[in-house]
Amino acid sequence: MDYIQSIIFLLLAFAGIGLFVRNILKIKRNILLGKAENRSDNPSKRWKLVLRIAVGQGKMLARPVAGILHLVVYIGFVIINIELIEIFVDGIWGTHRYFGKILPSPLYNLTTGTVDILSFSVLIAVTLFFIRRNIIKVPRLNSKDLLGWPHMDGNLILIIEFLMMLSLLIMNAADFTLQKKGILYSCGFFPVSNCIFNNVFSTFSVESLYIMQKSAWWFHYLGVLFFLNYLYFSKHLHILFAFPNTYFANLQKQGQLNDLDSVTKEVKLLLDPNADPYQASTEESVPEKFGVSDATDLSWIQLLNAYTCTECGRCTSSCPANLTGKKLSPRKIMMDVRDRIEEIGRNIDKNGNFLDDGKQLLGNYITPEEIWACTTCNACVEACPLLINPLSILIDLRRYLVMEKTAAPSELNSMMSNIENNNAPWQFSQNDRANWTKE
Amino acid sequence: MERPIKTMAEFKAEGKSPEILFWVGCAGSFDDRAKKITKSFASLLQKANIEFAILGQEEGCTGDPAKRAGNEFLFQMQALMNIEVLNSYEIKKIVTACPHCFNTLKNEYPQLGGTYEVLHHTQFLLSLLNEGRIKVKGGIYKGKKITFHDPCYLGRANDVYEAPRELLAQLEVNLLEMKRCKQNGLCCGAGGAQMFKEPEPGIKDINVERTEEALLLNPDIIATGCPFCNTMLTDGLQSKNNNSQIYVKDLAELLNENLS
Repeated sequence: MDYIQSIIFLLLAFAGIGLFVRNILKIKRNILLGKAENRSDNPSKRWKLVLRIAVGQGKMLARPVAGILHLVVYIGFVIINIELIEIFVDGIWGTHRYFGKILPSPLYNLTTGTVDILSFSVLIAVTLFFIRRNIIKVPRLNSKDLLGWPHMDGNLILIIEFLMMLSLLIMNAADFTLQKKGILYSCGFFPVSNCIFNNVFSTFSVESLYIMQKSAWWFHYLGVLFFLNYLYFSKHLHILFAFPNTYFANLQKQGQLNDLDSVTKEVKLLLDPNADPYQASTEESVPEKFGVSDATDLSWIQLLNAYTCTECGRCTSSCPANLTGKKLSPRKIMMDVRDRIEEIGRNIDKNGNFLDDGKQLLGNYITPEEIWACTTCNACVEACPLLINPLSILIDLRRYLVMEKTAAPSELNSMMSNIENNNAPWQFSQNDRANWTKE
Repeated sequence: MERPIKTMAEFKAEGKSPEILFWVGCAGSFDDRAKKITKSFASLLQKANIEFAILGQEEGCTGDPAKRAGNEFLFQMQALMNIEVLNSYEIKKIVTACPHCFNTLKNEYPQLGGTYEVLHHTQFLLSLLNEGRIKVKGGIYKGKKITFHDPCYLGRANDVYEAPRELLAQLEVNLLEMKRCKQNGLCCGAGGAQMFKEPEPGIKDINVERTEEALLLNPDIIATGCPFCNTMLTDGLQSKNNNSQIYVKDLAELLNENLS
């Protein structure tokens, strides 16, 4: 009987983890559809960034309420999952609280006690998160960016986490009551769950307690496997991608935009009086596309950014354009990129390779009105707790509109032709530049 | 200007090289309001006896608005032309009163072959004060309520938050901070080439939003360090039918008034 349970346990583990690996590989494939970009420089600086921003939650406390609640859930998540080791050992060998037998009891008490307290803390934190989202209705969590699945996703994550924590507390309390009744050997320390459930559970029969303990254990285990596979469909993917995303973050000053090497080559030819224009055009076979019109024109870093986005909306709530009622929302830009690259990925899964679907990121997802509303002020970049850069995407989209489509707003075209003709964005004569010295 | 201002070409003709190049920028050269900032800064340099040059007719737009509007071609054309001029004069140190020029010269020219020490005028002025090359007299702004609007391209873009505030501290003003300041400062609405176009439809203009935030503090002066922020906030004040005595002033102007 026991080994049948072990086999079921293992089969579920293989299925759950296998499916998860398959999904992650699919995401990896999608991310690598993006253009190459080298971010292998400065590994020590990058590791420090991971430690400070991802592991250390360095930017989360900028919004103290959400920051502290998130810290509780984060610490809870990391530490409570230590319990998974025991769940796996017990599941595979059919044992019961294996470490309770072999570990010195102060150590086991410390671990189980911490997990018990944290489970309750996380339960409270996710409840408060749920209240912020649905009752207080914090504006950034209720904007139209999130209509439909994203809103549901946010709530589902909280509900799943609530149930996972509840199952742990019930399991602990039932276990402890059985220990007190002398049915199970005595081990572990369960201050919170015992305190909550003691009065009720002590009236239950041994049999029902046993069933409760077992079902809560299985529920928690199945929950872990389910949640692991839910990540792929959810903004919750950040619990994994936060780490690579901060590692590969931009280390330059926020004000510095990247150069396009392809442009540099052409401009140097243009400015070189000795260059042979005919030779120049034959030298390179196909001229590179300037800027970005679809998700696959983005760099893999920008796509990684999109998969990492938690849709928290800190970017949008600090965006001057969005705050003054313009259509631009940096969060929506990131969500659009993810939706589009997912769509391209599904297209490839179905057809073997990408079949033109007549759609593009530019136009079908992101409109020029959004793109031109950006002031490049970097508020969104600064606000992101995970170092995502929506601005770089907006600039790349502008580059395509301007350099491939000559589709800038007409006032910007005048500004640019002024620069070309008078060396200044306004219609003033170059000869008058130093007039102020004579005034 | 009281004393003549020399160009790099003139310095070169004399076989000399100045301590710094003052990069004036397009706004500083042509915009009537910004020209006052330019003159204040030049006057401060003269009072400090700094040997400085301008490029005059050899200066051209850095390409910042073109780059941020997506025209990388035009940006690089401008950059390579300017770099050729700067390198031909073997320029080492540039000071500018425009955060956009500052950011572009400092961060975006090196990859294209132009590497210089670039300072914003607030940084340079602070160093002059600290070295005792200029001294604050008078104290006409002592105790005045002044708020500082962080230009995005000085603050977030380049992490310069303290130099302008230390300058204000030396003027002994009563510095009031807006709720959104420093890293969280709100844009004036001009960046990313927005200066040159009408905003997209919305419920409010960004400069009005920012001006309202400043007005909550009931300041005597809104200080800033960028000619574009200056224009945007001045327009913001006008849109609020501001007939009171609130002005938008550049730090160079505040300091210069205190020196004379």
